Amino acid sequence: MAKLDYDGPILEIENLSISFFTRLREIPAVMDFSVTVQPGEAVGLVGESGCGKSTVALGVMQDLGVNGRIVGGSVRFKGRDLGQMSAAELRDIRGNEIAMIYQEPMASLNPAMRIGKQLIEVPMIHEGISESEAWARALEVVRDVKLPDPERIMRSYPHQLSGGQQQRIVIAMALMSKPSLLILDEPTTALDVTVEAAVVELVKDLGKKYGTSMLFISHNLGLVLETCDRICVMYSGEAVETGSIKDVFDKMQHPYTQALFRSIPLPGADKNTRPLKAIPGNFPLPHERPEGCNFGPRCDYFQAGLCDVGDIPMAGVKGDDRHFTRCLRFAEIDWNAPIEAMTQHASAAPGNVVLKMENLKKYYEVAANALFGGSSGKKVVKANETLSFEARESETLAIVGESGCGKSTFAKVLMGLETATEGQILLDNRSIEQVPIETRDTQTVADVQMVFQNPFDTLNPSMTVGRQIIRALEVFGIGDSDQARRDEMLRLLDLVKLPREFAERMPRQLSGGQKQRVGIARAFAGGARIVVADEPVSALDVSVQAAVTDLLMEIQRKQKTTLLFISHDLSIVRYLSDRVMVMYLGHVVELGTTDQVFSPPYHPYTEALLSAVPIADTRITKKHIVLEGDVPSAMNPPPGCPFQTRCRWKAQVPGNLCDREVPPVRELVPGHQVKCHLSQEMFDQMEPVITVAAE
Amino acid sequence: MAMFILRRVGIMILTALCLTFIVFFLTNLYPNLEKLAKTQGDFRMSDEEVASYLGRNGYLQPMPVKYGQWLGVVPGFVIDDRDGVTRGQCIPPDTDPKDAPRFCGILQGDWGYSTVFREDVGKILSDKLVLTGRLMFWVMVLMVPSALILGILAGMREGSRTDRTLSTFAITTTATPEYVSGVLFIAVFASTAVGLKWFKGTATAAMDAPDFENFFLPVLTIALYGMGYIARMTRASMAEVMTAQYIRTARLKGVSFSNIVMKHALRNALIAPFTVIMLQFPWLLNGVVIVETLFNYKGFGWTLVQAAGNNDIELLLGVSVISVIVVLVTQLISDIGYVFLNPRISVR
Repeated sequence: MAKLDYDGPILEIENLSISFFTRLREIPAVMDFSVTVQPGEAVGLVGESGCGKSTVALGVMQDLGVNGRIVGGSVRFKGRDLGQMSAAELRDIRGNEIAMIYQEPMASLNPAMRIGKQLIEVPMIHEGISESEAWARALEVVRDVKLPDPERIMRSYPHQLSGGQQQRIVIAMALMSKPSLLILDEPTTALDVTVEAAVVELVKDLGKKYGTSMLFISHNLGLVLETCDRICVMYSGEAVETGSIKDVFDKMQHPYTQALFRSIPLPGADKNTRPLKAIPGNFPLPHERPEGCNFGPRCDYFQAGLCDVGDIPMAGVKGDDRHFTRCLRFAEIDWNAPIEAMTQHASAAPGNVVLKMENLKKYYEVAANALFGGSSGKKVVKANETLSFEARESETLAIVGESGCGKSTFAKVLMGLETATEGQILLDNRSIEQVPIETRDTQTVADVQMVFQNPFDTLNPSMTVGRQIIRALEVFGIGDSDQARRDEMLRLLDLVKLPREFAERMPRQLSGGQKQRVGIARAFAGGARIVVADEPVSALDVSVQAAVTDLLMEIQRKQKTTLLFISHDLSIVRYLSDRVMVMYLGHVVELGTTDQVFSPPYHPYTEALLSAVPIADTRITKKHIVLEGDVPSAMNPPPGCPFQTRCRWKAQVPGNLCDREVPPVRELVPGHQVKCHLSQEMFDQMEPVITVAAE
Repeated sequence: MAMFILRRVGIMILTALCLTFIVFFLTNLYPNLEKLAKTQGDFRMSDEEVASYLGRNGYLQPMPVKYGQWLGVVPGFVIDDRDGVTRGQCIPPDTDPKDAPRFCGILQGDWGYSTVFREDVGKILSDKLVLTGRLMFWVMVLMVPSALILGILAGMREGSRTDRTLSTFAITTTATPEYVSGVLFIAVFASTAVGLKWFKGTATAAMDAPDFENFFLPVLTIALYGMGYIARMTRASMAEVMTAQYIRTARLKGVSFSNIVMKHALRNALIAPFTVIMLQFPWLLNGVVIVETLFNYKGFGWTLVQAAGNNDIELLLGVSVISVIVVLVTQLISDIGYVFLNPRISVR
C-alpha cells in the first residue's frame, strides 16, 4: 500500500479516554489524555507502573483486547481517525505506518520461526514484494541495526541470540517498512545498562536516518532526556505535564513532576547530607482515585476546597512552547524554593571488619549437554575468580556489574546456598565458605541475611504477613513464647514503617514497596549483622525506590548493619554506598571508595558503565562511550584480561599484554584497587565521564 | 541427530529387556505354572505330577535361564525323558533331535505356541496386528485431523461462542465411554430401533473384507472417545499461544488473523498435543478391547484378553513384547518429532 503524503502532525491524540470493563465495574485506565507528535519528533511518555502509559500505546494501535474500549476522544494518525477504521485498514497501518518495539524482546519474537522469516513478512504483507526482494531488504536493515554476520542471524531462531541482539531484531522488524511512527514501550528495561546505551544510541541514529517520529514510553527520566525532544508526564491515568524536555526538566510546573525528580538519586544527592525525598503515600488504585486532583492526597501544595473538587483541566504555561500542566496552583507555587531540608545524618564511621573474603573462587561444572548425558566432556563456568575484600560494621559496600558478572553467585556462596571452590570467607574470623546453609548454626544464619530482588515472588502467597515474620523469628530462635514473638513481629513492622494491621494481611493485598518492606523486616528479624540486598529496589517504581532505600539506610544506621548492596544501577549506588566493587565476568575489576570509583582514574569498564547510565539532569554532560558487542559467555571467557574484547583502551597497552595475561591487582591510591594493564600515565590522562555544568 | 537416535535406541532395547523380564517373571510364577500344568494335563493332577510335568517341559529351571531361553540367547533345554525320547524346547515332535537348532527364542523368530488357539504365537500376533493396525490406521485418520481442527478452531478465539460450542462437544465425547457410545451408535445407525440401518452393527465381516458399511461404526466409536482429549489439549495449548506476546507482535505487524493462526500460532500450539497424540498409539493397541468385543472384531486387544483369561503364557508374553515395542517406538518418534517442532530443543 502506498503511504499517505501528509505534512501535518503525525499523531494527534485528543482527550483520549480508555476504560477496561470487568464484571464488577468500569476501570478507567486513561482519562482525558492529549498529545501531539510532529514529524521527526520524539515524544517521551513517563510515569510509574499503572499510570496508563502502555495503555495509551495500545490505544494508538487500537489493540486493547476484549475488555478495553476507547470511551472518549480520538486518535488521529496523519489526520485520519484510527477509531473509525475497519479492521483491514488498521492492518494496513500496523507494521507499515506505525510500528512498535516491546519491553521483552524474547517474548515478542516467535520462538518457532526463523528471524529472517519474521522480518521479511512485514514488507511482503504491506508492499507485496517478492520473497527475495524482502530478504535483501531485511539483510540491509539487520546490517543497519549493527548486528554481526546478518546472514547467519537471519537463519537463526530467537533463542540463539542474546537479549541485546533480540532487541535489535525487534527494532529491525519495526523499521522494515520504514514507518512514520515508532512506538517504543520500555524498549530497554530488560537489558543491561551498557547494552541499553547501545540500543538507545541505535534508535536515536535510526530515527534520524529514517526520519521516523517516536513515542517513547519509559519510567526512566534519564533515558527520556537522552532520546526525546518533548516529554509527557503521566500520573494515574492522566497527563499531568507536557512540554519540551528543557522546560519540563528545568522549569517544571507540576508538583508530581517535582516530587518525581526529588525522589531519584541525581549526582549531588547523598544519603547523609542530601537525602532523597520520597513521595508520601501510595499510588491510588484506578477505582479509588480521589475527587479533583489525582495527586492531591500526596501533594505538598494541596489546598482543601480547591484541589479536591471537580475535574482539573490542562493549563498552558505562558512563555513556553506547548508547555501544559494539570495543576490549579502552578502560578502561585514558588518553583525555585529550595528543597525543604530533610533530616541530615552524621555519616557513621565504619567499625571493625566483620566479613572478609580471601581469594574466593566458585567454579561450576556444567555437562555439555545436561539432557542427554555428557560423553562430550564437561565445561567449567568460572563464576567467581579470586574475590578478595573486607566489609566493616555499618558500612555499605556496593557490588556493581551487569548480568552474568558473578555478583549473584557470590551472594549465594556467602549465604551458604553454594559452597566455595577455593578461598575463604571469614565471618568474625570463622571460615564459613564450606558450610552449606543446612549445617550452619542458627546464629550464623540469622547474622547473614538477604533481601531479594523480586518482592512479588519471595513471600508465601498463602500465609499472612505477620505469620511469615513470626516464622522467621521461630527459625532464628527469638522469643520464648508466642506472645513474645508476636510483640517482636509488631516491633519489626514498626521498624519497617508498616501499619500494625498489616500483620493480618495476605501478600497479594500489599503493593510492591510494601512487600519489599516485609522482606526487609524478615531479613532483620534475627538481628542480622550482614544483609545482602540483591537489587532490592530495581523491581519497584522510582517514587517507592527512594522510600525503601531510605528505610534500609535508617535500619542500617540504627543496627550498625553491614550492607552488601548488589545493583546494576550506578545512580543509586553512588547515592548510598561507602565503597564500590565493580565486577566483570567473575573478576573484581575495581574496588574503592565511592568517590574513588566515580572519579578518574577509572577501570575502562567502570568508565563505560558510568557513561552508559542515563542521568535525568540537563546540566550533566557525559562522555560518550558505547561498548560494542555483548558480555562474553562465562563458559568460554576470552584469554587474558576478561574485558579485552570490548575495551577501548586496549590499544594503549603495549605488546598484546591484554590478550595474554590476566592483569594483576594494582593499588592506585590506598584503598583503591584496579585490575588493569594500563600504565600510570594512561590512568593520569583519564578525564571524568560525567561533568556538571556550572549553574 | 544420528547419535541421539542411536543412544535412544540403545536405551529402548534396555528398557524393553527390563519390561519383558518383569512380565516374564510374573507370568512364570509357580501358581501360574501349576494352573498351566493342570489345564494342559488333568485338573485332578497331584502336586508331584504337576512338578514332574513342569520339569519335563523345562519350567522348573532357574528364572534367568528360562528368560534367556525364551529370548533365544541361551540354548533351549534338552531333556532325556523316561521313555527314552529326547525332548526339548527347540525340538518339534517327530523331528530328530540332532537336526533341531540349539537356540529357539524370540530372536530366532520362534515366539512359542499358544495353548488357547493351538497355533504358533507368531502367526496369531501377526494376524491380529494386521487387523488392529487397520483399525488403528482409520481411527487415526479420522481422529487426529478432526481433533486438531476442533482444538484450533476453539482455541484461536478463547471464550467465543465457537469455543464454547466446540468445547462442550469435545468434553461430551470424552466423557462418554466407548461402551455407551458404541451401543448408542449401534442402536441408532444399525438397528431397527431407529430404523436408520446405514451401517452394520458388527464388524466381523470387516476382518476379511472391510468396507465403509461394516467398518465405520467401530472406527467412529474409538475416534470420538480419543478425539475429545486431543482436542482439549490442542485448545488449551492454542489458547495459551494466542495470548503470547509474539502473537501481539504479529498482529501489530499487520498480519491478518488467518495468517496469525496458520503461520505464527500453529507450530507453537502443536508442540504439546503432539506428545498426547503419540501416546494414543499404545492405548489404541490394547485399549480398544471393549470396542473390539462390542463389534466382534477379533483384533489385538481381544487376543490379549483371551490370553490373559486363559493363562496362555507364551501368547501373553508375545502380546506384551509387541506392546512394549509399540510404546517405546512411539515415544521415540514423539521425541524426534518434538525436536522438529520445537527449535529450542536441540540434540547433539
